[in-house]
Amino acid sequence: MLKSKTFLKKTRAGGVMKVVREHYLRDDIGCGAAGCAACSGAQEGPALEPQPRDPASSLCPLPHYLLPDTNVLLHQIDVLEDPAIRNVIVLQTVLHEVRNRSAPVYKRIRDVASHQEKHFYTFTNEHHRETYVEQEKGENANDRNDRAIRVAVKWYNEHLKKLSEDSQLQVIFITNDRKNKEKAIEEGIPAFTCEEYVKSLTANPELIDRLACLSEEGKEIESGRIIFSEHLPLSKLQQGIKSGAYLQGTFRASRENYLEATVWVHGDDEENKEIILQGLKNLNRAIHEDIVAVELLPKSLWVAPSSVVLHDEGPTEEDAEREEEKENLLKTKAVNESMLKPTGRVVGIIKRNWRPYCGMLSRSDIKESRRHLFTPADKRIPRIRIETRQASALEGRRIIVAVDGWPKNSRYPNGHFVRNLGDAGDKETETEVLLLEHDVPHQAFSQAVLSFLPKMPWSITENDMKNREDLRHLCVCSVDPPGCTDIDDALHCRELKNGNLEVGVHIADVSHFIRPGNALDQESARRGTTVYLCEKRIDMVPELLSSNLCSLRCNVDRLAFSCIWEMNHKAEILKTRFTKSVINSKASLTYAEAQMRIDSATMNDDITTSLRGLNRLAKILKKQRIEKGALTLSSPEVRFHMDSETHDPIDLQTKELRETNSMVEEFMLLANISVAKKIHEEFSEHALLRKHPAPPPSNYEILVKAAKSKNLEIRTDTAKSLADSLDKAECPAFPYLNTLLRILATRCMMQAVYFCSGMDNDFHHYGLASPIYTHFTSPIRRYADIIVHRLLAVAIGADSTYPELTDKHKLADICKNLNFRHKMAQYAQRASVAFHTQLFFKSKGIVSEDAYILFVRKNAIVVLIPKYGLEGTVFFDEKDKSKPRLTYDDEIPSLKIEDTVFHIFDKVKVKIMLDSSNLQHQKIRMSLVEPQIPGISTDISDMDMSEPERKKKKYGK
Amino acid sequence: MAGLELLSDQGYRVDGRRAGELRKIQARMGVFAQADGSAYIEQGNTKALAVVYGPHEIRGSRARALPDRALVNCQYSSATFSTGERKRRPHGDRKSCEMGLQLRQTFEAAILTQLHPRSQIDIYVQVLQADGGTYSACVNAATLAVLDAGIPMRDFVCACSAGFVDGTALADLSHVEEAAGGPQLALALLPASGQIALLEMDARLHEDHLERVLETASRAARDVHTLLDRVVRQHVCEASLLLGD
Ligand SMILES: [Zn+2]
Repeated sequence: MLKSKTFLKKTRAGGVMKVVREHYLRDDIGCGAAGCAACSGAQEGPALEPQPRDPASSLCPLPHYLLPDTNVLLHQIDVLEDPAIRNVIVLQTVLHEVRNRSAPVYKRIRDVASHQEKHFYTFTNEHHRETYVEQEKGENANDRNDRAIRVAVKWYNEHLKKLSEDSQLQVIFITNDRKNKEKAIEEGIPAFTCEEYVKSLTANPELIDRLACLSEEGKEIESGRIIFSEHLPLSKLQQGIKSGAYLQGTFRASRENYLEATVWVHGDDEENKEIILQGLKNLNRAIHEDIVAVELLPKSLWVAPSSVVLHDEGPTEEDAEREEEKENLLKTKAVNESMLKPTGRVVGIIKRNWRPYCGMLSRSDIKESRRHLFTPADKRIPRIRIETRQASALEGRRIIVAVDGWPKNSRYPNGHFVRNLGDAGDKETETEVLLLEHDVPHQAFSQAVLSFLPKMPWSITENDMKNREDLRHLCVCSVDPPGCTDIDDALHCRELKNGNLEVGVHIADVSHFIRPGNALDQESARRGTTVYLCEKRIDMVPELLSSNLCSLRCNVDRLAFSCIWEMNHKAEILKTRFTKSVINSKASLTYAEAQMRIDSATMNDDITTSLRGLNRLAKILKKQRIEKGALTLSSPEVRFHMDSETHDPIDLQTKELRETNSMVEEFMLLANISVAKKIHEEFSEHALLRKHPAPPPSNYEILVKAAKSKNLEIRTDTAKSLADSLDKAECPAFPYLNTLLRILATRCMMQAVYFCSGMDNDFHHYGLASPIYTHFTSPIRRYADIIVHRLLAVAIGADSTYPELTDKHKLADICKNLNFRHKMAQYAQRASVAFHTQLFFKSKGIVSEDAYILFVRKNAIVVLIPKYGLEGTVFFDEKDKSKPRLTYDDEIPSLKIEDTVFHIFDKVKVKIMLDSSNLQHQKIRMSLVEPQIPGISTDISDMDMSEPERKKKKYGK
Repeated sequence: MAGLELLSDQGYRVDGRRAGELRKIQARMGVFAQADGSAYIEQGNTKALAVVYGPHEIRGSRARALPDRALVNCQYSSATFSTGERKRRPHGDRKSCEMGLQLRQTFEAAILTQLHPRSQIDIYVQVLQADGGTYSACVNAATLAVLDAGIPMRDFVCACSAGFVDGTALADLSHVEEAAGGPQLALALLPASGQIALLEMDARLHEDHLERVLETASRAARDVHTLLDRVVRQHVCEASLLLGD
């Protein structure tokens, strides 16, 4: 059956266009109920249970299916995701509306629907002959959709009656729209609001907590007094932005001060790039990361950024006067004109960027209260008011809360409880928290993703050998850290008949398994990188690939992408070629094992000879590279020894570097450079490359000054001179100084980033002193390498291309995501190290260790403890202590405390202990032991346990 | 705003069809008495008219005549009102020329041209409304018109387009689906022998998927054949009824 849809559409040019679209109506769309005879011919499999034995509802005791409308889906997705809610019919009309209004919710609903045990069914009502509804004259699209939904519910109820003689099966319409509900009931459709229904589920009282509390007028507990000014509607905001009355920007809350925020204005206007907002009223309910419209205040009201640290720690319901008092605290700071910054206020929200937040519950002082404040772990997020009956159960737990809204008469936003992660301080829980807070995708791979994995048992077929060289005869081996299961590189070296050397780098052929565009590819692209935490690895690709099929383990045939050079004995490249290959690694070695073979006088087998050849060439390559000005910087990398049973860290150990580490590294660099040249040659516009910009000279200031204080000269005009002067900066009496200088130099560097060659013209990699660079050697754990593999495969004719690969805007988007994911992975990793360091010191108690000063600040020194590779800050103006005399000199730089002067690189002794006074933000605290300053430093002998205990008491109050 | 979802999780396309389904096809033969053969076809909202003259003597320069077979001359045009946006298309613009050329290639492969050496066959096709798959509609209309003219052909030429969305091959793309910018393929098939008269592809498609898309297109082309065959038989019936009277 055919319906023609005709509508008018405005074209981009402004003209009006008549669009005629066909709309087919079908009679073969099933209702989704298992065992329905009428629909047995339908193509969709049954999804709904024939006899739903769902949570008994006191409102509708008969078996029933639920049919929610669009708003319920949009706002109560947390409820629908609960395992207790099953047998839900999602209409196509509803799904379409959700898709247009919220991409994240749309994704979630699709995920839910894909779980069979949830029994969700999507009914294509718009194409069903009996449920299609035409828009009537004078009816707007929303009303039509509401009517379409009601028609579908009605159809269902009639249809289900035919199921059997005594069928009592019902479909219940869930809507929060009062008018729609009334209409439905008039038409004889059983309808409830989401709240009514959830509250009727007596067996699942905990579900009520997950209800989003939507602001309905009069529901507020506040006195109804309006705290904030109204947000302007979007159309007004857009007008204002166009006319220049308002500015659009990203709202960035301050970590230090809950009454202050900045707005980064989008656009190239240099002036007003950053606008300061101060005070609750001016912040006007914007939350970190929201896109907002701001209005600039007159110059007379401009303020300077305050340096006050203020955390929102008041009682549950703060009165506005205290608030004003605090705000005045910010203003009274008299400052000179030049410090004043453009200041503004939020007039409206263009786009909310809320996400579920991790944090902890601060229980209300009133014992029976069901309203409690939730304190997010991220200090930039305001506290959120939630309603829960399980407050006592949630106390001390890490939980997730979603924001529902922020009415103008409420001091805090309203939200609802989503999930309990577990006990705070518990390892699993904290790991989950840091993954969530750093937006690291870490869910198990979905069925859709896994469906694209090769079927086991897997073997290499004839087809796989197309365009592939058989290199199984070569003596290839891999060298990795101990316990490595995702081996993505292997090497070989052999002498050729002409006396030259052939060196091969063989990389796992991941792009053979991950085909462009499928779910597996999309998921890997989204993850961007494998994230390594202290004792957990979050894979970018499913384990079957990462630890098995793609891992170049020894004595199995594996597909590889090989980069093979012919070199002379001076490590000069004579020929380079790339080929897809199949290899059979002869040994998987650790760095130590490889080193032992090289050093051994008795071993002379093929593998050892190959390793020696590689090692010799690597040394030459490294020398050449350093001569060109590549930097060798150092960062104290910490690794934990884990107790094999409890998995608690028992000892910290800084990573040891062997010759073989740098051997492998050297060839990886060489392969990456060779590949970068090749793909850029072939695709000048769409090569995915990696660059490392030279830091601006000002970045080096601190390094130069610090060296100068030790009578050393560091030159920073070029990378080469920096590298040279770092080499020369030796102090015989102080051997660790050189390492410290290199650590400092690392801090001056810029971030290396991925980019698309067609979008940029500066390719230089500063740190490696290479004019061009990319990532080719770790496709198992970096998505960038997969793209590079695809480009290279096309360049050598080993694989076919696809449109997105040669679309530079798509590539630029991929780069943007990869750079974000890499940054987040790095932060997550640091957070994980920090957490394990805390665990370590918790078990270790209070210790004191030698440390070196890395930086001096106005009120603190930052020290590095080489033994643990641990960095920390020693504060001198703590809250509950008397303030010492502090004199800070920016020039040297130095900090004078009472009569003692501290410089960078001074050796000190510090006491390390775990500060658990704030359960949510435990931290390592350091205090000075030596040199002794009366009243400041703590004596080891009186290492009192009293302090942490007193803190505890305070907390318990 | 999110773009259109071309294929829902339930397997329905924007207009309610499933992946392999054709749009509704309606066709009539012999719509013009003056021409030797003519046909009108509707494939969904794409509407095309084809008129055939010939075989007749070469018009214009005799030098164009081919000693061993007939010359097939194809001209394509589209009505100014055929698309949503009204655009003036001068006669003989690049797109029309290309389409004419493609049609010519297609029909040279199908018409038994060696039966009429040194003569000419003219095929004129006009698209009255374009809603995706114009080439296919033109070929299908022209096939009917050539049959109507009684010009011997090896077989029907049946054309259909196919595209590729989210790992699924879609048959007979509508304008919305074409405009989404994915790969699309136009196939003209001689169904009895399975020979391909013309295969054309826009945008890049991964080699791995080609077979599937091609398979979908040819299955769709065979479906078109079934429908066209029915139209022809009905037309012959009607004609013989008239003659019989
Ligand atoms: Zn049914």
